[in-house]
Amino acid sequence: MINKTKNLQQEMTRISGVNPRKCMKCGKCSATCPAYDEMEYHPHQFVSMVENGDIEPLLDSQSLYRCLTCFACVDRCPRGVEPAKLIEAVRLVAIRRQGANHMTANDVPDMLNEDLPQQAIVSAFRKYTK
Amino acid sequence: MKVSYFPGCTLKNKARDLDEYARKAAEALGVTLEEIDNWQCCGGVFTTANDEIATKLSSVRALKAAADKEQPLVTVCSACHNVIKQTNHAMQQNSSFSTAVNNYMGEEPYKGETEVYHYLELLRDLVGYDAVKAKVVKPLKGLKVAAYYGCLLLRPHAAMQMDDPENPQIMEDLFRALGAEPVVYARRNECCGGYITMESPEFAKAKSMDIIANAKAAGADMLVTACPLCRYNLLKTGTDMPVVYITELLAEALGVKENADD
Repeated sequence: MINKTKNLQQEMTRISGVNPRKCMKCGKCSATCPAYDEMEYHPHQFVSMVENGDIEPLLDSQSLYRCLTCFACVDRCPRGVEPAKLIEAVRLVAIRRQGANHMTANDVPDMLNEDLPQQAIVSAFRKYTK
Repeated sequence: MKVSYFPGCTLKNKARDLDEYARKAAEALGVTLEEIDNWQCCGGVFTTANDEIATKLSSVRALKAAADKEQPLVTVCSACHNVIKQTNHAMQQNSSFSTAVNNYMGEEPYKGETEVYHYLELLRDLVGYDAVKAKVVKPLKGLKVAAYYGCLLLRPHAAMQMDDPENPQIMEDLFRALGAEPVVYARRNECCGGYITMESPEFAKAKSMDIIANAKAAGADMLVTACPLCRYNLLKTGTDMPVVYITELLAEALGVKENADD
C-alpha cells in the first residue's frame, strides 16, 4: 500500500512537473478558482493530498471533472506550484485506467443543441476521455 | 504582408463569421491570411501533462508548416491560439518533449522557431494600431465596448506573453483605435465555464451571468470576445447584451462588414 501510494505520487509528479512541497498553504488557488463551489476537494487540497499520499479519494472524486483549465490558479500562485497541472495529472491517472473514461461518444448526442460550438465537444473529450 | 493562418474546427462551422470577418478585415489592412494545408483540429484545450505527445502533434505540424514558409502563424480562435502557443512554448523549453515529438516529424526537426500571433497581436504588433486607426472609415463613436478576455487569451502568461494577465490592454487599445469607448470591469479575465457546459450547463450559466452582470454594471453596451465557446456560454444565459466577435467589430469599423459573405 505504501509502495502503491509512492508510485502514484511519483507518477503524478512526473506527468505534471509539479512539486507539491513548494506550496506555502496560502489558499489563493482555491480562493480564485471559478469551480470552487462545485468541488468536493479544492485546488489547495489536491496539492496537499498528493503531498500527503492521500490520493485514492481524489481519483474517485467528481472534482476532477469540475476543473475548467482556466489557469487562474497557475498564474496567481505566489509560489509557482501550478495546481491545475496537478489536477490534470490526477485526472489522467484516473481516465488512463481502462474503462475509466468520463465521457463516451454515445453520451454526446444528448448534450447537443444547434448552437453548441465544435470547440466545446473536442475540449470536453480531450479533458475527459483517452 | 502574407502570414500563415490556422482557422480551426469551429471557425469552419459554428463560428464562420469569426473567420470571414477576420479574412476581410485583414485584407483591408494589407494582410493576407494564407490557410495552411492539411491542418488538423488543435483539440480545443492544451493538455498540461508532460507525457502527452499525440494530442499536441496537430499543433506542431501547423507550426512546422508555417516555419517551412518562413511565415508567422496567426490564429483567431482563443482556444487554437492557446493550444498552439503553449505547445510551441513546450517545444522551446522542454527538450525531452521536443525529442519525443520530433520522432513523428520526419527528417527535419521542429525546434519551436515559428512566431505565433493571435489576431489581436497581428493587429497590434505587425500592422500597428495607428495603421488600423488610419483605415477606419466608420468610427464606432459613442459605443461602450467591454472586452471579454476570458482565460484562454492571457493564461498561462509564461507561454502566452500577450499582455499583462491581470490588467490587459490589447483589446481596449484596439477599441480606442476603432473610435469606441472601452469599458473596464473586474471579471473580464475570469472564466465563462468553458467546456463544462457539456455536462453542467447551469454551472457555465452561473459563471457567465456573473461576467455579464459585472460588465453591465460598468456601463457596457456590448461584450466582445475572440472565443466561440465564450460567446456561446455568454449568449446561452439568455442575456439581452450583444456578444460580438472582435473581427466583426473590426470589419464594421473598416467598412468591410457588408461584403463578408462574398
